[in-house]
Amino acid sequence: MLLDRHLHIRAIDAYIDPSVPRERAIITHGHADHARSGHGSVLATPDTIAIMKTRYGEDCARRFEPLDFGVPLKVDDVTITLYPAGHILGSAQVLVEHEGQRVVVTGDYKRLRDRTAQPYELVECDLLVTEATFGLPVFQHPHPSVEIARLLKSVADNPERSHLVGCYALGKAQRVIALLRDAGWDAPIYLHGAMLRLCALYEELGVSLGDLRPALDVPKAAFAGQIVIAPPSAIRDRWSRRFPDPVVCQASGWMSVKQRARQALVELPLVISDHCDWGELQQTIRETKAETVWVTHGREDALVYWCQSQGLKAEPLNIQGFADNGEEGEA
Amino acid sequence: MKRFAQLLELLALTPSRTRKLAALTQYFREVPDPDRGYALAVLTGALSFRNVKPALLKDIVLREVDPTLFAMSYDYVGDLGETIALIWPHHGQQGDLPSLTELIGLFNTTSKSELPALIAALLTRAGINERWALVKLATGALRIGLSARLAKTALAEMSGKDLQEIEEVWHGLKVPYGELFAWLDGRGERPHVDQSQRFHPLMLSNPIDEEKDLARLDPKDFSAEWKWDGIRVQLVLGGGSVSLFSRTGDDIAAAFPDIVDNVGGVAVLDGELLVGKEFEPRSFNDLQQRLNKKVASAKHLKDSPAFIRVYDMLFDGREDVRTLGWTERRARLEAWFAANPQTRLDLSPVLPFADWDDLAAQRRQGADEHGHEGVMIKLRTSPYVPGRPKGYWFKWKRDPNVVDAVLMYAQRGHGKRSSFYSDYTFGVWKGNEIVPIGKAYFGFTDEELKLLDKWIRANTVQAFGPVREVKKELVFEVAFDSAQQSTRHKSGVALRFPRISRIRWDKPASEAATLEDMAVFVGAT
Repeated sequence: MLLDRHLHIRAIDAYIDPSVPRERAIITHGHADHARSGHGSVLATPDTIAIMKTRYGEDCARRFEPLDFGVPLKVDDVTITLYPAGHILGSAQVLVEHEGQRVVVTGDYKRLRDRTAQPYELVECDLLVTEATFGLPVFQHPHPSVEIARLLKSVADNPERSHLVGCYALGKAQRVIALLRDAGWDAPIYLHGAMLRLCALYEELGVSLGDLRPALDVPKAAFAGQIVIAPPSAIRDRWSRRFPDPVVCQASGWMSVKQRARQALVELPLVISDHCDWGELQQTIRETKAETVWVTHGREDALVYWCQSQGLKAEPLNIQGFADNGEEGEA
Repeated sequence: MKRFAQLLELLALTPSRTRKLAALTQYFREVPDPDRGYALAVLTGALSFRNVKPALLKDIVLREVDPTLFAMSYDYVGDLGETIALIWPHHGQQGDLPSLTELIGLFNTTSKSELPALIAALLTRAGINERWALVKLATGALRIGLSARLAKTALAEMSGKDLQEIEEVWHGLKVPYGELFAWLDGRGERPHVDQSQRFHPLMLSNPIDEEKDLARLDPKDFSAEWKWDGIRVQLVLGGGSVSLFSRTGDDIAAAFPDIVDNVGGVAVLDGELLVGKEFEPRSFNDLQQRLNKKVASAKHLKDSPAFIRVYDMLFDGREDVRTLGWTERRARLEAWFAANPQTRLDLSPVLPFADWDDLAAQRRQGADEHGHEGVMIKLRTSPYVPGRPKGYWFKWKRDPNVVDAVLMYAQRGHGKRSSFYSDYTFGVWKGNEIVPIGKAYFGFTDEELKLLDKWIRANTVQAFGPVREVKKELVFEVAFDSAQQSTRHKSGVALRFPRISRIRWDKPASEAATLEDMAVFVGAT
């Protein structure tokens, strides 16, 4: 087998998104449950390498091998090509070819256009290793513009309150900012300290995000009617007390489940996801024409069951180290 | 419907009580009759449909969705209504749903055979939030953390009327509350309700604080009775008519024809419903069998006849005696029993005692010899006050039994705890194996729940659908009121009212209790 169930490419002894330090790692994207520090060499897109260096430091791996999208890299008789996954900036699917056999590891991905990430490209293959973060038919994501409109309506309806939007610092924050800008919100957007470096990096890499300011040293009253972006952990924390009567929002695919939103004390759930929903997962599996599907990272059982009902060979991969619940890790 | 769906969503997601109240008040002020009346009925749980039930909704969805995928989804979401709303696969030409009033009319008048098509069409037409509200309406399980009291408080805010006054007339009212709103708006008279012929909110007791209360209270001012282990009921006798209410005001007469058909007189009585022959109460387990049935079976009526052990009186004939002191009410009650001989009612005897130590001794003896739950202590001068007034009635429960048991299985919870492993099955040693003795899902804090959930995920041996079997390593100190023999558990023992009293992270499973240890508890009841 070209690829084993630990996402190890035996022929070249490289692991895809390994959870422990490896001599050779191929990293799909910069989220913490995929990109870790301490590998010998890291093969990834230039954007992903920039993100890793920003988060973990310049020396988070001994060696970096940047590989642009669509450029085949031949290592012995194996060819590696990275294709955009549309998940966050720099996120890639990994195509591994060997003696006519094609294997695609999607990493995290979404199909919907998002100007903060290179748009997803479909790659046909024999074996597809797909994520299944939202691999249940209850996940049918609405269009993000609908969700942003709800946020802006709430801002307009509650001019005396501030809106605190919980977002993961990498990817989701920049996407929500870009969506707000595209919906015409050109007022300053205030950021929690954890967001600053990554937003600056996105700007540097060519993603314009408009007027961003740290949510520091601003009198409380000035936040009325404003939007503040912070990590989910901060929005219910002491940190949030500096804002006037905040409307706690959270942008995540999980927010479609109201009971989840209630648990998290989220008053305005925004269903904005950087993953495929159930329909897009099915669409992708069909379009890649893969005959074998390995499902990882999320609700594997349902997607495996569905693949088998379609006559495909499918099995779950229980890879250690991936967050079981998107709420805890980055997603 | 859109407006009502928005209200429901806001109520579900806004943590602030003030904001919920403001939203409700605004809704009742702005929405016309009878929509607001139906909304009030939905929010207070006063509405149910003969043919529209959760099972019907589930059937409708299972015609469109693979049952295995539905089951997996339900397991994940943890709320049937929400699962249905989210999983519905058709999103046709979306448009406005009919008004709340029209919807309720449709649910009530559409024939059973046409309901599935009607509901499927509505689900397809609704946007996601309306679909969620529609399913909540149809299944009747709102699960939005709203109390009926808050809805009534909003009525008080809206109208400037006193909440107590609204509560007074509440139980005589009919959906959609036209008369009530006319009165609240100042357009009509206060609704007339025959006070002697309706449910009255019950008077509840407070647990006694042995150190603080007993030193402070003079035993001469108090009367004592056994605390009965049945269900609290209110019996409304109207001469020809009889109503039997649970503590929350649900009419449970249909389940207890043996009582309803065999009582007479005019009064409103407060007591404990028990099962047993010749007024000899049997275990709560036996009563549970009957409670599980909406309509009693002939076998139950014969083997487990029900009776009510009466301990208070709210109306004597049609006279309201709630403002009288306990002593006078008790005298009235005894006189009423003398004048109205009964075969299904008896009086809860008063328990004479010299001082608190004497009562404590009786309480212990009652627990040991008869399995009594404890004693009730009532201030002799106390009026009958609805709610849980301080200083009048106290319950003095016997000390709980505790046992160290080992966690065996965990299941995901529902509602607020959906996706957390919050229902626990635990067991004790029988030789070299652990056999289950019970199940508990409370007694721990939210913080502890998170830790337990994490432990369970990390220590799973096997998963069966929503249930995980875990390594037999974690010890719970389980408190329970009593233990009984049971054929349902492999251990042969069942616990009454078990709860987790402590998580013994420190204790090795080998030191947990054995089945032999349980024998003493079973003997006690």
